[in-house]
Amino acid sequence: METAKNKTNQALFNVVLSLADSTLILSHRLSEWCGYGPVIEQDIAMSNIALDLIGEARNFYDYAAKLEGAGKTEDDYVYFRESKDYKNLLLCEQLNGDFAHTVVRQFFFDSWHIHFLDVLRNSPDETLAAIAGKSFMEVSYHIKWSSEWVIRLGDGTEKSKQKMETALEALWPFSGELMEATEDEKILIAAGILPNFEQLKTIWMEQIMSVLTRATLEVPTGKNTVQTGGKTGRHTEYLSYLLAEMQSVQRAYPGLKW
Amino acid sequence: MDNIVDLEKHFQDRIDAEQRIEPKEWMPDAYRKTLIRQISQHAHSEIIGMLPERNWLTRAPSLNRKAVLLAKIQDEGGHGLYLYSAAETLGVTREDLLDDLHSGKAKYSSIFNYPTLTWADMGAIGWLVDGAAIMNQVPLCRTSYGPYARAMVRVCKEESFHQRQGYEIMMALCEGSEEQKQMAQDALNRWWWPVLMMFGPKDDASANSEMSLKWKIKRFSNDELRQRFVDMSIPQIEYLGLTVPDSELKWNAERGHYDFGEVNWNEFWEVVKGNGPCNHQRLETRKKVYEEGEWVREAALAYADKQQVLRESSQHVA
Repeated sequence: METAKNKTNQALFNVVLSLADSTLILSHRLSEWCGYGPVIEQDIAMSNIALDLIGEARNFYDYAAKLEGAGKTEDDYVYFRESKDYKNLLLCEQLNGDFAHTVVRQFFFDSWHIHFLDVLRNSPDETLAAIAGKSFMEVSYHIKWSSEWVIRLGDGTEKSKQKMETALEALWPFSGELMEATEDEKILIAAGILPNFEQLKTIWMEQIMSVLTRATLEVPTGKNTVQTGGKTGRHTEYLSYLLAEMQSVQRAYPGLKW
Repeated sequence: MDNIVDLEKHFQDRIDAEQRIEPKEWMPDAYRKTLIRQISQHAHSEIIGMLPERNWLTRAPSLNRKAVLLAKIQDEGGHGLYLYSAAETLGVTREDLLDDLHSGKAKYSSIFNYPTLTWADMGAIGWLVDGAAIMNQVPLCRTSYGPYARAMVRVCKEESFHQRQGYEIMMALCEGSEEQKQMAQDALNRWWWPVLMMFGPKDDASANSEMSLKWKIKRFSNDELRQRFVDMSIPQIEYLGLTVPDSELKWNAERGHYDFGEVNWNEFWEVVKGNGPCNHQRLETRKKVYEEGEWVREAALAYADKQQVLRESSQHVA
């Protein structure tokens, strides 16, 4: 009995950390756009989303620290772990590329995020439910933003359509990981703490299809390989560079207050 | 009242009576031109000013600092947006203004042509650069042109939060290790003089000042504001335990102000002319960003046009 409980707690810690890492890393990528947006309004919009995601990440890190009970702070997790210890989705660490890549990455993530949080709001785990409740409102705006841009760019000019097709092709393989449960996630799904991923997958696919249809775009066919591993620490080449940059000041002067 | 002399007199009477001038009203051409130049220069400064700070955004040493810095830079984008809108009320478009920026015709604040070399520069910029900006901008909340004054009220509210976040970064460094204190002092050394240059040339060398004061676009002279800034900053610097890189700085009891050394005006004019450490880099970055965004702006327009056609045809059917 005691072991089962420990196992659930360990799984919960891993999953919370994974959620924190995914939202942090995507926020970081979006913040790389700051000052570089195609128009000022969209520069501001991307910073807004980045700020919401960093806020969500901080709530998850805070909860992870409580679960671990080792007196760690959010910054300990962020600045002093290596790539292999990060548990974010591979999708989140993919390079910004052009604006089409950023929009597609965001759209895939938001389409999952919104429905994931919607169910998580009713989780028996009160902390998760509270975090989800707060972020749900924000993410309703994110999905609106990314869907609108998918449609606008898909149904804009020939050039924008082509760029969207390229981005869809490149990022599609990373979308599968959103709905692929890890061992830890399976434990929590069984315990009723996390939403059922199979149901999420159906809703996610409906969302994707409906928006892509309006955008006169198609789901890339013949690319059904799923790239996974992020949630268990096996990343693409991009993450270690992101971390090296993000952690550089802290690592150069460890143990100081900033 | 169609006589130009009468119009000008009526205009100046309204200015003297502290009344706001609104977009549709008659105004002298030179007043309009001065405002377009000043407001667009200000808008460009906000947009270019995002670049030196974004340079450290992805390396911010804590999640809290990262979030606050991102919010600050985002505010600057917002300020740029209000100011471009205020300029548009004078009959120019944002695209025209950006073209002037990219061609080098329009200027922006020279302070952003200096590099950000360490994390401490985020503190120095927030505290000193935004502090100097506030000093310049608070009087603009009462400037004679309505849309500009109203934009500045919003801008100033946010700038004081920026200044606080900058000073907090400096405080944390000055309360920290020896290396951190050195980092803070080094940043102060590099930013102090360029910040004093932000108030513009000395009054007797300032080409645009006299008319701007008469029209109440400006309310105080460059030298007055510079003095006020020095007087305000010295106690803050002392509180941090840092020193000003100016051997001539001393309190003058008779004047009730600090005396301070002469700004290197040669450097000032060189940077204005485009020869500062980062002029080329900043402008090239902006141009590249603008060019790379072109297809996005085109697509958004094309989509909006298609939607318009659809709406019109559905109305037609109905």
